Amino acid sequence: MKTFTALFAQLDETTKTSYKISYLSNYFQVADPMDKLWTIALFSGRRPKRAVTTTQLRQWAAERANIPLWLFEDCYRVVGDLAEALALILPPAQQTSDRSLSDWIVWLRALHALPSDQRKPQIISAWDQLPVQQCFLFNKLITGGFRIGVSQRLMTRALAQATGQDAATLAHRLMGNWTPDTTTWAELIESDSPATDLSRPYPFYLANGLEARGNHTLETGPDVDVDQEADPAAAQLGPCQDWRAEWKWDGIRGQIILRDGNVFVWSRGEELITDRFPEFTKLASLLPDSTVLDGELLAWKSGRPMPFNALQKRIGRKTVPKKLRDDAPVILMAYDLLEHQGRDIRLQPYDQRRAHLTTLFATLPDTCPLRLSQGLDFKTWGDLASMRAGARAAGTEGVMIKRHDSAYGVGRKKGDWWKWKLDPLTIDAVMIYAQAGHGRRATLYSDFTFALWQGEDLVPFTKAYSGLTDAELAEISKWVRKNTLQRFGPVRQVTPHHVFEIAFEGLHESPRHKSGVALRFPRMRRWRHDKVVRQANTLDDLKEMLSRYG
Amino acid sequence: MRRAPVLTFTKNGIYCPAGDFYIDPWRPVERALITHGHADHARSGHRRYLATDLAGPVMQHRLGKIDLDAVKYGQTRQIGDATVSFHPAGHVPGSAQIKVEVSGEIWVVSGDYKTENDGLSDPFEPVACHSFITECTFGMPVFDWQPQAAVMAQINDWWANNAAEGRTSVLGAYALGKAQRLLVHLNPDIGPILSHTAIAKTNDILDRQSILTNNSIQVTANLDVKNLPGALVLAPPSALGSAWLRRFGPVSEAVVSGWMRLRGVRRRRNAERGFVLSDHADWKGLLQAVRATGAENIYTTHGYTDVFSRYLNEIGYHAQTVKTEFTGETLEQDQAP
Ligand SMILES: [Zn+2]
Ligand SMILES: [Zn+2]
Repeated sequence: MKTFTALFAQLDETTKTSYKISYLSNYFQVADPMDKLWTIALFSGRRPKRAVTTTQLRQWAAERANIPLWLFEDCYRVVGDLAEALALILPPAQQTSDRSLSDWIVWLRALHALPSDQRKPQIISAWDQLPVQQCFLFNKLITGGFRIGVSQRLMTRALAQATGQDAATLAHRLMGNWTPDTTTWAELIESDSPATDLSRPYPFYLANGLEARGNHTLETGPDVDVDQEADPAAAQLGPCQDWRAEWKWDGIRGQIILRDGNVFVWSRGEELITDRFPEFTKLASLLPDSTVLDGELLAWKSGRPMPFNALQKRIGRKTVPKKLRDDAPVILMAYDLLEHQGRDIRLQPYDQRRAHLTTLFATLPDTCPLRLSQGLDFKTWGDLASMRAGARAAGTEGVMIKRHDSAYGVGRKKGDWWKWKLDPLTIDAVMIYAQAGHGRRATLYSDFTFALWQGEDLVPFTKAYSGLTDAELAEISKWVRKNTLQRFGPVRQVTPHHVFEIAFEGLHESPRHKSGVALRFPRMRRWRHDKVVRQANTLDDLKEMLSRYG
Repeated sequence: MRRAPVLTFTKNGIYCPAGDFYIDPWRPVERALITHGHADHARSGHRRYLATDLAGPVMQHRLGKIDLDAVKYGQTRQIGDATVSFHPAGHVPGSAQIKVEVSGEIWVVSGDYKTENDGLSDPFEPVACHSFITECTFGMPVFDWQPQAAVMAQINDWWANNAAEGRTSVLGAYALGKAQRLLVHLNPDIGPILSHTAIAKTNDILDRQSILTNNSIQVTANLDVKNLPGALVLAPPSALGSAWLRRFGPVSEAVVSGWMRLRGVRRRRNAERGFVLSDHADWKGLLQAVRATGAENIYTTHGYTDVFSRYLNEIGYHAQTVKTEFTGETLEQDQAP
């Protein structure tokens, strides 16, 4: 565990990508192969099967630290990470252990064979021999979620440096269904023809956000100061003949794989979600074998997308009842073809891939749960700007712009694919509750509840966590401490005094909310120092937005 | 007849009716007893001040011309019907707990304190009392400090390593207390120690008081830092990541604070390293201090007050939270003490 802990500490202590790559690459050159394999697995969200529950961990650690459970829960709320909170309250280790990362994993798995009442003394004995950093990582092996700013892209770059292989090839190898049990370091990383994993998806290609000139997204000269209306942001991309456009659909990015008579559905989070979308099983008989489609999963009815929450009901459940399928049938809005007739065609130009895709769709029956994401026809950037303005009415969140000759890349590589999103909806609301943040923001108030007017009352309608700068957070935290009216556990009711502009991507009816409305991606966009509480919007204003955009 | 309490909590601060004075008030008052020189405890605008002789010079430096009367640790003063005395709090040089006795009933205001002897401040002395008003900045069991020597060794290692790789080491630490504690305990054989002006001023004051020997070099505009390879710079936390650091060439930055115990906070600060060292008591220190007073009634003032009082109530004390304007150890610039 020491080597892995040392790597973790190095990665955790720097924000510089080049340092992270060299630390990882050094580790991949010297560490034990089993440890290396597990390191890749852990950093890409895989973990050994859990032998104890998180509830048990909390109880046992509180007991070991001789504190009441409520106190542990309060600690956890401040720390924001269960594995860390456990490590911090446990008494310091009295012994040491030489077990390596993979030894500990083997040890953890052996717990499954033990009757459940014997697992507790085992876990406690492990805690007793792990210094705080190692103990934290040991707990992470159980709870999962190694978030240390090592993206898949960074890891593949480090692996490429350590092994001398091509990064894109490695990225593809790391995708899919493997676990350290089904493969080895040699097979996954080093072998010339890795055992073909039928379900293995391709790395997703991601677009960058396009912003108006003057913002820092695109490199532009300091002298640029043009009217956005007359000269849309997209004009920075050069002649519009070189570009293609489609709607930007608001669903779940997905890849559908047809190989050897099987259908696999992958989410962008690299999760195999086939079971949640039984609609697609029939594709095996509708499309030729060895086809891979990239697109957006959407709940779709009467020729248009349903609100995002209709799709959300599918996530997080193992089986899909018939009623849900009837109420919110799902389709794939396909926009790219990655594998065609058994060949990886990602390097072909966009227009060519789209031509294959269009041919494929020509013969599909109406009942097929696939739609082709139509190209938008525009002669000038101004045309496209006006289409974008109609995106909300089309049930989309803007437009995508792709270069006509672009290959299908890996990850978020700037230059060929852009998303030009609609400006968000906004409303001015009053802050009424504040709650201290956790983890990074443990010393600040950062979780707020906002309200709108209904007659003389302020009705809470949304929470928001993000959007303020550190300086603004410090300022509001100081104010919250001095203007608390009442405390409800960690939540403080504050004097209604500050108005914030809340931005959000969409809204829908929700009986679970007091206001009857739920927002999508709410965040604080601006602190309206210029407004007094009476000038905040009303609940009726929000309902009006619901009838127009909901 | 019920006696009036020895101390009460008012909108101006902690008040003693028997002696008509306040302790660390946050609004201007006639007479203020001050525990120590940090900005959230020693504010300007009071007509008369009383503090320890050791805390006096820094207060005068920070607050300008004030009407200041000084006492020694342990010396008693009669103010109206109250007898007051100041006792070492171990927080920063000159810091005190204030003991107030009225007709045999004793209350103690802790100010800020830590229980570990830092080798710079007079170490914390428990004062027996009936009621104890305590800070609890780090009143959560996740805050558990390592001994000072172990942390200093970590910092020395980090410094030596930076020096070997040609980088200047920059430590973000409070101008009063933390910076001098580092100055006293870091290993001067590794390289020269430089101080930001805000810190150098305080160093000089404490040097004149013979509390420490200021062996650091003040960073001035014409200081040739190129001639000082392997240096370590003591700077206020707000200087980290600022343009002021450019003069030092390649640097490694670290924050020294009790908050560095939390990985999330460390990451938000964007410092490469965080060293866990505080001038406030950790969870065990707080409990030890409370126990040592023998008090039955505990009032918690700043920090995780609700959590700490709830726990104290569960283990048999009468504890309650008091709303004050003290900030404790903070990483937010506008509140730096
Ligand atoms: Zn202080
Ligand atoms: Zn304080």
